[in-house]
Amino acid sequence: MSEIVETPLRIGAVGVSVPRRDAAEKLRGKAQFAGDIVVPRMLHGKVLRSFHPHARITAIDTSDAERMPGVVCVLTAADLAGIDPYWGHAIRDRPIVAIDRVRFAGEPVAAVAAEDEATAAAALERIQVDYEELEVVGTIEQALAPDAPIVNEGPLRPGLFHGLGELAPAEGNVCYRYHIDRGEIEAVFAHADFVVEGEYGFPAVYQYAMETHTVVAQVEGDEITLWASCQHPFLVRAEIAALFQVAISNVRVIVPYLGGGFGSKSYTKMEPIAVALARKAGRPVRIQNRVAESMVTTRRHGMRARMRTALNREGRLLGREVECWFDTGAYADNGPRVTATAGDAAPGPYRWAAYRVDAACVYTNTAPAGSYRAFGATHLQWIGELQVDELARRAGIDPLEIRRLNLCTPGEELRAGGKPLDADLIGDIERVAEAVGWGTEKPAGTGRGLSVGLLAAGAHPVSSAIVRLEADGSAVVLVGTTEVGQGARTVFAQIAAEELRLPAERVTVRGADTRFTPYDRSTGASRSTTVAGLAVKRAAEQVRRRLVEIAGSEDVESDSYPELFVRHFGLAGGELIGRGEVAPEGSGSYAEGPVFWEVCVGAAEVAIDEDTGRVRVLKTATVADVGRAINPQLVERQDEGGTLQGLGNALYEEMVYEDGLLLNETLLDYRVPTFEDLPEEMYCIIVENEDGPGPYGAKGCGEGALAAVTAAVATAVADAGVPMTELPLTPERVWRRIQELKEEGSWPR
Amino acid sequence: MRLELQVNGSPVVREIEPQELLLDFLRDRLGLTGAKRSCDVQACGVCTVLVDRRPVSSCCFLAADAEGRDVLTIEGLAERPEFERLEDAFTRHAALQCGFCTPGMLLTVAALLETGELTSAEDVKRSLAGNLCRCTGYRGILEAVCELAGVTA
Repeated sequence: MSEIVETPLRIGAVGVSVPRRDAAEKLRGKAQFAGDIVVPRMLHGKVLRSFHPHARITAIDTSDAERMPGVVCVLTAADLAGIDPYWGHAIRDRPIVAIDRVRFAGEPVAAVAAEDEATAAAALERIQVDYEELEVVGTIEQALAPDAPIVNEGPLRPGLFHGLGELAPAEGNVCYRYHIDRGEIEAVFAHADFVVEGEYGFPAVYQYAMETHTVVAQVEGDEITLWASCQHPFLVRAEIAALFQVAISNVRVIVPYLGGGFGSKSYTKMEPIAVALARKAGRPVRIQNRVAESMVTTRRHGMRARMRTALNREGRLLGREVECWFDTGAYADNGPRVTATAGDAAPGPYRWAAYRVDAACVYTNTAPAGSYRAFGATHLQWIGELQVDELARRAGIDPLEIRRLNLCTPGEELRAGGKPLDADLIGDIERVAEAVGWGTEKPAGTGRGLSVGLLAAGAHPVSSAIVRLEADGSAVVLVGTTEVGQGARTVFAQIAAEELRLPAERVTVRGADTRFTPYDRSTGASRSTTVAGLAVKRAAEQVRRRLVEIAGSEDVESDSYPELFVRHFGLAGGELIGRGEVAPEGSGSYAEGPVFWEVCVGAAEVAIDEDTGRVRVLKTATVADVGRAINPQLVERQDEGGTLQGLGNALYEEMVYEDGLLLNETLLDYRVPTFEDLPEEMYCIIVENEDGPGPYGAKGCGEGALAAVTAAVATAVADAGVPMTELPLTPERVWRRIQELKEEGSWPR
Repeated sequence: MRLELQVNGSPVVREIEPQELLLDFLRDRLGLTGAKRSCDVQACGVCTVLVDRRPVSSCCFLAADAEGRDVLTIEGLAERPEFERLEDAFTRHAALQCGFCTPGMLLTVAALLETGELTSAEDVKRSLAGNLCRCTGYRGILEAVCELAGVTA
């Protein structure tokens, strides 16, 4: 998929920060989200969710609810006869509603369709469910105990998009393992001059897309239509078709604007229950989660890890060994992929003599866990980078210098058989170090930290696009990418405009509708500009070639397009259509990915209040190593958004579970960053080396900053004298650690 | 019960439920979907509308309490002459991404600009801390609002 820039870029299209094409609609409150859609005869659905984390359902009585005026129907497992009611793109383990047993607090047990939402909510109270409580597997440790109850008996069945080779049978509560072993790990540690090791914890985190999961479902005969807040409409379409036994072509998924996603709307979520309810009701139904419901629909994996890293006296990193366990909750969701991506991220982008990674994905009786921006890298980068810094300290080497000595360089192999490094990491880390004043004197009570990592990005490179040039010289781009805030519609308009030599405002990009927009695998993994953008470029190039043929000249400009239409079609009409496709090239093996390595490079300066444990972030710097910035302003905004989420993951965000029950299920006690958390100095540095596989040498961005900033805050806090092993770095945790350090006599450092 | 009020400058009379929230009244009865629902506990700000020119969280405000009062939603603000400045600043600074928080953010900003209480970047940060945005990282919004308020970002 290499792409060469042949012609100079044109003013007003690629490389220019044109205004967002959706700004006016969004600023004026006219942009439609799934919850704003009203379909004729639409009902409102509410979901009855289990209070118990683990219980047998002994009886359900819905008769009182069904008799209520305004209630149209109540859905329970009894309505699922005749279909195979289990879904899940990776592992087909999740029932549409609980069947005989609930496996997490919040699991759907029944659903009501009623004329209005208040009636549906009132009807939930009239459904009588009898439970017999079972022993709760609340944590990874409990799940791995030899006599632990089994959360899912199996056998595990692969979903449509497992994507990780053959599914191994479950071992107890472990549903997936990822293993890498390179070099002689034991020998390397036996000969190391310095070894650092430790145990670490990363909490479950809520993505908090401000728009909660929302679906309108309509079933007419064997035609299913969804208006859904989903990031991957084509994957949802396939799963719904398989689940309800209709042809893929009979399922239509329309995605209006998405109110944020960050992975929480990847793959299938509330669509199966909405379709099942609409099917029973015989009328369209809207289900809109409340925040407490979205929190238990999907979340980021909590993780436990053990890591050790070895260094020699010359400052060479020798080896690293990692064991990590990912709490995927009661159903796998994207757990296997998260576990594999974490495994790839665990060694970090260093030149090792040997490394070993053992990663496991573990079922527990908590909410299912899936994707969240920069998954895997965020989980492990902070740990690996803390160990690199500690080794540097013991060996008396500057943290920047140890990274210069050991980071891989462009073209070097990172993982056996995978794509070699396609970024200048040493250049990147030097830039962020300079931005936060690395090497200059630090004020008392402050610390500075660096972090560098990589994230396998791009997902599976399958995307298509269609470009239609109209007789007046305006153009429409049809592409199945969803507009989740990243600015995909703006960037695609710029790419098509560049190729068609049109001003960007002459190009329109509408939303995803699987009936009309061609296939795009997914919107996530920082892939839209790189993969779907390349499909758009190829489609527009095809139209441009037709124009050149018709004109008989390479120099034809857009003011003559209407004339060319008349010449070619014999009227001021007709249409020129171009089609672009991206598919895996070379041998085509997914295992040989990624499409590109997304860099996760950051730096931070923090101040610690010794008396309260409060960490204040004074400066952050990140690198958007994007190959080529199609719209530099949107690139910066992506990194700034990732930075603030990184601060949230580092300092505040944690879903607090006790015995399988979520204790902080509102935004009052689940704290996300606000305006007041904006660092005094925040630098987002764009690096353009035209080394990406996308259009004009572009590669994706937007995720790396989250992993990078989380890790840089952790390394900066350690630099200030407080090495931590559990996130988030709440005042209480930091204060307790300072007390421990005082007792050990190692505070202040 | 019967509710009489002004919405976006026009008189509105409707039968409502006594427990009806202003957010549901605006969205479901009047079709004004610019105000969004998210946290339900007055923490996020996406449901912000102005009642007698002051920002309120319409998810926690009874429609009945708007009796006789003047409610301004994003649809109304967008028709006002002063909106052009807001739109221009937010567009140039790319102070929005998914757009879900944007209407509430703009209404809060419009009210603050009118009272003239934004005299520094610190004021802006403090005054907007009740409007969450999960996408932008806040800087674009800070730049836009500081420019509108005539203070240094």
